[in-house]
Amino acid sequence: MAELINLTIDGVSVQAAPGTLVINAARSVGIEIPAFCYYEGLSLQAACRMCLVEVERMPKLQTACTLTVSEGMVVTTDSPAVVTARKSMLEFLLTNHPLDCPVCDKGGECELQDAVYRYGAGEGRFTHIKHHVDEKQFSPVVYYDAPRCILCYRCVRICDEGLGVAALGLVNRGVTVEIAPNRGSRLECDECGMCIDICPVGALTSGTYRYQTRPWEMRHVGTVCAHCGDGCKTTLGVRNGAITRANNRDRSGINGEFLCVKGRFAFDFVDHPERLQTPLLRTADGFEPVSWARALGHIAERFLEIKARNGRIGVVGSNLTTNEEDFFLQKFAREGLGAVGVDHIRTGDLPALVAALGTRSGAWASSADLYNCRAAVIVASDLSQQHPFLAFQLRANWRHHGMRCYTVTPGPVREDSYAVTALRAAPGDELAALESLREKLKAEPELVILAGASVRADALTRLVAFGDSLGIPVRYVCLLDYANSRGAADMGLLPDRLPGYRPAEGPGLALPDMLADPALDALWVMGADPLASSHLAAESAFVVVQDLFLTPTAARADVVLASASAYEKAGTVTSVCGEVQKLARGASVAGAKSDLEIMSLLAARMGLALGPSDNASLLEEICRSVPGYENVQAVLQGGVTPVVCPVWSGPQPDSRPDLIRSSEDTLFTSGVLGRYSRVLNSLSEAPGRLYR
Amino acid sequence: MLFNEPSPLEVKVLTRRFQYPDSARIDTFLAHQGYQAFQKALAMTPDDIIQEVKVSALRGRGGAGFPAGLKWGFVPRNSPKPKYVVVNADEGEPGTCKDRVLMVNDPHQLLEGMLIAARAVGATVGYIYIRGEYRHVIDIMDRAIAEAYARGYLGRNILGSGMDFDAYTHTGAGSYECGEESALLESLEGKRGNPRIRPPFPAVSGAFQCPTVLNNVETFCSVPEIILNGGAAFAALGTPKNGGTRLFALSGHINKPGVYELPMGFNLLRLIHEVGGGIPNGKRLKAVIPGGSSCPVLKAGECDLPMDFDSLAAAGSMLGSAAVIVMDEDTCMVTAALRLMRFYAHESCGWCVPCREGTHWLKKLVGRLHAGRGLSGDADLIEEVSRNMLGRTFCPLGDAAAMPMISLVTKFREEFEAKIGSAADAGPGSDQLVVL
Repeated sequence: MAELINLTIDGVSVQAAPGTLVINAARSVGIEIPAFCYYEGLSLQAACRMCLVEVERMPKLQTACTLTVSEGMVVTTDSPAVVTARKSMLEFLLTNHPLDCPVCDKGGECELQDAVYRYGAGEGRFTHIKHHVDEKQFSPVVYYDAPRCILCYRCVRICDEGLGVAALGLVNRGVTVEIAPNRGSRLECDECGMCIDICPVGALTSGTYRYQTRPWEMRHVGTVCAHCGDGCKTTLGVRNGAITRANNRDRSGINGEFLCVKGRFAFDFVDHPERLQTPLLRTADGFEPVSWARALGHIAERFLEIKARNGRIGVVGSNLTTNEEDFFLQKFAREGLGAVGVDHIRTGDLPALVAALGTRSGAWASSADLYNCRAAVIVASDLSQQHPFLAFQLRANWRHHGMRCYTVTPGPVREDSYAVTALRAAPGDELAALESLREKLKAEPELVILAGASVRADALTRLVAFGDSLGIPVRYVCLLDYANSRGAADMGLLPDRLPGYRPAEGPGLALPDMLADPALDALWVMGADPLASSHLAAESAFVVVQDLFLTPTAARADVVLASASAYEKAGTVTSVCGEVQKLARGASVAGAKSDLEIMSLLAARMGLALGPSDNASLLEEICRSVPGYENVQAVLQGGVTPVVCPVWSGPQPDSRPDLIRSSEDTLFTSGVLGRYSRVLNSLSEAPGRLYR
Repeated sequence: MLFNEPSPLEVKVLTRRFQYPDSARIDTFLAHQGYQAFQKALAMTPDDIIQEVKVSALRGRGGAGFPAGLKWGFVPRNSPKPKYVVVNADEGEPGTCKDRVLMVNDPHQLLEGMLIAARAVGATVGYIYIRGEYRHVIDIMDRAIAEAYARGYLGRNILGSGMDFDAYTHTGAGSYECGEESALLESLEGKRGNPRIRPPFPAVSGAFQCPTVLNNVETFCSVPEIILNGGAAFAALGTPKNGGTRLFALSGHINKPGVYELPMGFNLLRLIHEVGGGIPNGKRLKAVIPGGSSCPVLKAGECDLPMDFDSLAAAGSMLGSAAVIVMDEDTCMVTAALRLMRFYAHESCGWCVPCREGTHWLKKLVGRLHAGRGLSGDADLIEEVSRNMLGRTFCPLGDAAAMPMISLVTKFREEFEAKIGSAADAGPGSDQLVVL
């Protein structure tokens, strides 16, 4: 490691690594240098001139955001010259800035307001008519109010550098400069809204949040996004029990500031008018809304009756429910019902990868590893469409550390733009394409392989064999579709595997086999929609469905139970990269109950002794009994995000590529939740084609 | 094509071929020592060429006056990247029209200067960034480039030396800011003409992030003379540390406006009265902007000084691009200030806060004051806003607006004060009636 550099800031001795910017060196000793355009991780601008500091032996004030530390440097951040300069910059900024703070969305959490409050002069001397242009709508979710814009160019940079989309640019010059879409007059982009949240002022506002509320009227609830499996932390702004916005401006969580369109805008399925708010019981005239007592009583009666005659009950879990719910469901199914099969809709072949890696706990890559690894191969996934956060991590890694990326995908992907080599391979041909990269990959110091759903069953075994043959450290990510797809597998929602991939006694029926079983007596589906694309062979089977909406599966049910979404409950979920994170209850929807509560009530009705069914006890039980999850609770209590590595024991799984089916979601689709999100449906982009 | 009759006081070095018919054609050029300096440079080592330029005390003619030899010496010649020569021909400084004259009358002299620079740093490609308004100049340069290719002075293996060099013209699109070297490079690369953070300077990371020699047209045009007759002879033409001659663009209230080549250090009053024929109608001199609109104004009493970088700096102004704007006793300095502030507000690229907002504010302040609707304290406010910009902007454009403004409002304070509230309908709220 290079020697540290000694400098003095405001009389405080500071040591910093060579290349450190003065603004960060100051921050490291608690000296705040204000800045608008400086944003950690993005390119330098030196445009706002707020960070001007005095440096000994330099005649002019210097921008602390571009000046790197040097030995013996003496910096002053609060001299009269600096204070005057700062004040004057704020006065300049306010000359044409409309003082509409009372109605501005950013009021109360505006960096300009804060800076003026702290450093500015109370009185403005600009008494002329301000330069004004009308507000523009860039897209259904992005509005731009040019007069409020202080031109820090954060939005331009996050879109270009962060996302690789470069949808925003500048037009005009001087005082008339505006941010504008680079192509045409409206945005056709990822619609991620990163530009909105990164805006220090109220220039870019959210189509869903604008003029809804004041920031201080909301409860801010940090939870995990309900959509894809990347596990982004999202902070819900909740007012009167309703989610008003979602963002992650504080850059907390594994995802930093990142959120995609789903995490930021697609929370509106929660209050969709078609949300189920009461149990439904099938009668001769169709569904009848009934009380929870009646619905649960009916189910308990039928389940007990079927169980008593050793009937065949199939249980289907969810990709969206919590680890605790998944754990309890499989316990309920196995111990309480003696189910013929427990499974979930598998969107990637995680068990095959776990089996191929066995007990190698160091062979799993976390999302932090994607930002720090030296090289990565994206196999069979359009990452920026299907795993936008992982794509963001890799791009940031390339930008900041020069990570070398390879793509082996069926079609062009955005990562091609910076990939060392971009190969096209049809599903099933990925390994042959990888083989052609062998020499290049062997030369890398280490590698992370991200594998999409078309690499499954035996192909995953061969993939790991390929990785082993390279002679370098290789870590893997098995790409799965939904918020807790990983947890569903880890928690044993598999016919042949108990929680932690311990072998189950006797192979149960896999999902397609259950549906095809003409002798099935009952099918219990918790938060899944298997009948959207399959047929249930047992026509007389008693079907119970827990869901948010009347999906095709729910429409076939005898009893439908209105369940709560991830934004309405507590518990933990596990991301595709193995991060275990806690949900927090944001919204509340009248009439809906969490799946855990539903199961717990049902167990009580049936008189089953399945042990405690609250989140805390279940997490404890998970830590006790699921290999890989031993430390989760302790780490979570320490305020850190635990990363779990699955462990395989016992026989190899049967090769069943037919069990795996990715839903091939894009940025603008998200299974059932996406179908009920008005925002996602309002975005007109042709998903997957733009901004390769 | 000249603006003016030559003056007998001129010392013709860069302009010496202007007298010949068809001076822009290669045959004329070759008949009068054309490309001889380049051939001499081919026999010299790069270090010797740079040393000769250093000895010549040639300082950047764009306005900043940075020693050209020093600049060339910063180019890392071992860099594996390609190297570029870029000519700043975006002549946009109000009052300045010398580069145009040089390119129109002797384009090959510029190409020869570029070739010598390329030889010195190992560049293989050169761009001449010409302001878009100079449409005809672009045609003249393009014709000269074509002639040079045809005669083997450009292209592969030039004159059998093994040296390759290609030259291109590139058109600006009407932005003053693109005359700032880093904004010019952005524009050259096809991007928005915003300035870049420096360091790195163009010598290290210029066009396309490669080492680049970037100088003004007049600077490159001075190079053949330096190589041909030696740096020492060139330096001797001027004053210490200010080598050679300078093309002075005389404009304003002057009898013989035009471009005159005179030695560095030529006296400003002699320039106005002897070269320029004095002020029309026997008016008295009031003030001079000595080096283009960005330079602090000199009052008549301050004008008895030699026109070189150091003397003008000592007098609190700048030689800049040597565009001498003469103002007679009838000139309204508030009007002059408004003209300037309109220009800078229009030309600010908008990148940084103090320049974007400051130039706009100054335009409005001077505008209402000029309209007789200024408020008491406006003169102080104008000065303070200017001082709040000075030295704090991203690039020199903010300083270029603040410096003349400060000089005008301090040296002619009484004129600004007298304008306040002078309109017939001046009164509460009338300041809001001024539309700019």
